[in-house]
Amino acid sequence: MYAYDEFDRAFLAERVAEFRDQVGRRLSGALSEDEFKPLRLMNGVYLQLHAYMLRVAIPYGTLSAAQLRRMAHVARTYDRGYGHFTTRQNIQFNWIKLDELPEAMASLAEVGVHGIQTSGNCIRNVTTDQWAAATPEECDDPRIWAEILRQYSTLHPEFTYLPRKFKIAITAAGHDRAAIKVHDVGLRLHRNEAGELGFEVLVGGGLGRTPFVGKSIRDFLPARELLSYIEAIMRVYNQYGRRDNIYKARIKILVHEIGAEEFSKAVEAEWAAIRDGALHLTDEMIADIRARFIYPAFAALENEPAVLAEALKDSRFATWHRNSVQAHKVPGYSIVTISLKPVGAPPGDATADQMDVVADLAERYGFGEIRVGHEQNLCLPHVAQQDLPALWAALDAAGLATPNVNLVNDIIACPGLDYCALANARAIPVAQEIAKRFSDLDRARGVGRLHINISGCINACGHHHVGHIGILGVEKNGQEFYQITLGGRADEHAQLGTLLGPAVSYEQVPGLIEDVVDTYLELRAGPQELFIDTVARLGVEPFKERVYASH
Amino acid sequence: MAAPQQQKLKVNGPVAVTANRLTDGAVVWRTRDGGWSVELADAAVVTTADAAIALLAEAGKRDLDAVGPYVAPVLVGADGALAPGNLRERIRVAGPTFELPQ
Repeated sequence: MYAYDEFDRAFLAERVAEFRDQVGRRLSGALSEDEFKPLRLMNGVYLQLHAYMLRVAIPYGTLSAAQLRRMAHVARTYDRGYGHFTTRQNIQFNWIKLDELPEAMASLAEVGVHGIQTSGNCIRNVTTDQWAAATPEECDDPRIWAEILRQYSTLHPEFTYLPRKFKIAITAAGHDRAAIKVHDVGLRLHRNEAGELGFEVLVGGGLGRTPFVGKSIRDFLPARELLSYIEAIMRVYNQYGRRDNIYKARIKILVHEIGAEEFSKAVEAEWAAIRDGALHLTDEMIADIRARFIYPAFAALENEPAVLAEALKDSRFATWHRNSVQAHKVPGYSIVTISLKPVGAPPGDATADQMDVVADLAERYGFGEIRVGHEQNLCLPHVAQQDLPALWAALDAAGLATPNVNLVNDIIACPGLDYCALANARAIPVAQEIAKRFSDLDRARGVGRLHINISGCINACGHHHVGHIGILGVEKNGQEFYQITLGGRADEHAQLGTLLGPAVSYEQVPGLIEDVVDTYLELRAGPQELFIDTVARLGVEPFKERVYASH
Repeated sequence: MAAPQQQKLKVNGPVAVTANRLTDGAVVWRTRDGGWSVELADAAVVTTADAAIALLAEAGKRDLDAVGPYVAPVLVGADGALAPGNLRERIRVAGPTFELPQ
């Protein structure tokens, strides 16, 4: 966990007081809606279909038990008893009243969380691997660098009014769980041959109406040059990014139009002018940030303790263990993913009671730390293997032990037309119906790893372009239709999906997805060939022929 | 997709003006007496673009009660009862189409 200091607490308290005053002036009529809207957006407050929505950042996906418990309190006191974890390591409260928002924000600020920079044309919440500092794969804790970027970008005057919003993601592991290739800037932390830390820098990735996979413009940026190089990128974007057309304002359009090579030259030229300035990170600065991350005091434990071996004789526990527990870098510990995708429930939603349960369990078994992944699941990153049976029993009792992580019903879905003012079509009920079709988890396990991503509009909050199966809701003559893509992926081999064929109706989607999955089962080279690999080997045509013949 | 407020006005049948209540975002409808109501049944219904534009302009004069007014289609039953005219408005009136977490 990162330890916030008095400066952070004072800053947040001042910000809440400022927003409380702004709300008061809006309610009194001293501020018009046109004047108030940009102010509320800067604090993460949107107006959705039937209520205000508060979006709260979870920096680099890390939460303390106290913070999660406070979110439960906000959900229970100011909302309708639940929250929605998003694809950007945020949580959204969907039913907050404007006149109660300052109190809710004050409550959150007491534990160091807020909605600042979760909206607007600024650098948004920097996201990273939910397994940071736990996975044996990584070369460093990527959150150190995310925190450096957070401090640098918070209220940065030069980057508060960018041409468009700006999203940065970091991974420090070989397997990319942060989807860095579909962010405005993606940073892959690695070591060079000399053992020095540095970043591969990718720019111009993104989804939305014009999706692109990011282009690498630097193989190795020394880690201490991170801020000066990011500032050079931001300056080039700020200078040349389009402001005349909102649909062409993201950095991906600039990189696409001038080419990665030209963009890189402009960045390098800017960087040459500033790299030795105030943004050069000294060892002391990095050490100071690093020292504020408090790591668990791990005990000396052995892998696979007897209590775990005994518990694995229980088939339900064993099934969950195989699905939701991953290797940790410290012997005797494991990483536990908590599925927020119980079959038939809205993906990513957690009730206040469930949040309290997870907070309690994190304190009891996980050093008080919780993570949020872009897949809309939670994670306890540091659990002693000897505690796994007890943890599972408690999660199971709370409805939080569905063993479907990475399976066909671990579906990413945006709020869609059921909440969102921008959406064309529903996403959550589509996800629920598909999940029900695969409610037999033995069948889902037989299918294997398969990511279905659903967006209710072209803005792609559900990351449909990079789903193994992507589903995009569109509107035609007042009716919901859905375009299906196959073969997308968000990992280190990121690529955009290929359109399967004509859009189908709301009612047809679940059956079509079942047909796609059945086709895969017939066509795969063997049980070891994943869905994504079968699509890569055969293309979408065999799927198209089979699926549309029956619809 | 652009929000209805940002789209070109099309009137092909009965329409009403809707918005969100300032204090809590609740869905409200412009009434015949120039106020706002959470009941669609109270909505003023017009059937021409000119009348809709006039109703919308009147609704937008004061933004202290309701926010973001726009013209939305409604259905008028044989008995005169009003219903939302499309899926978006049905969801705004009735809420999400699935059971909320409890």
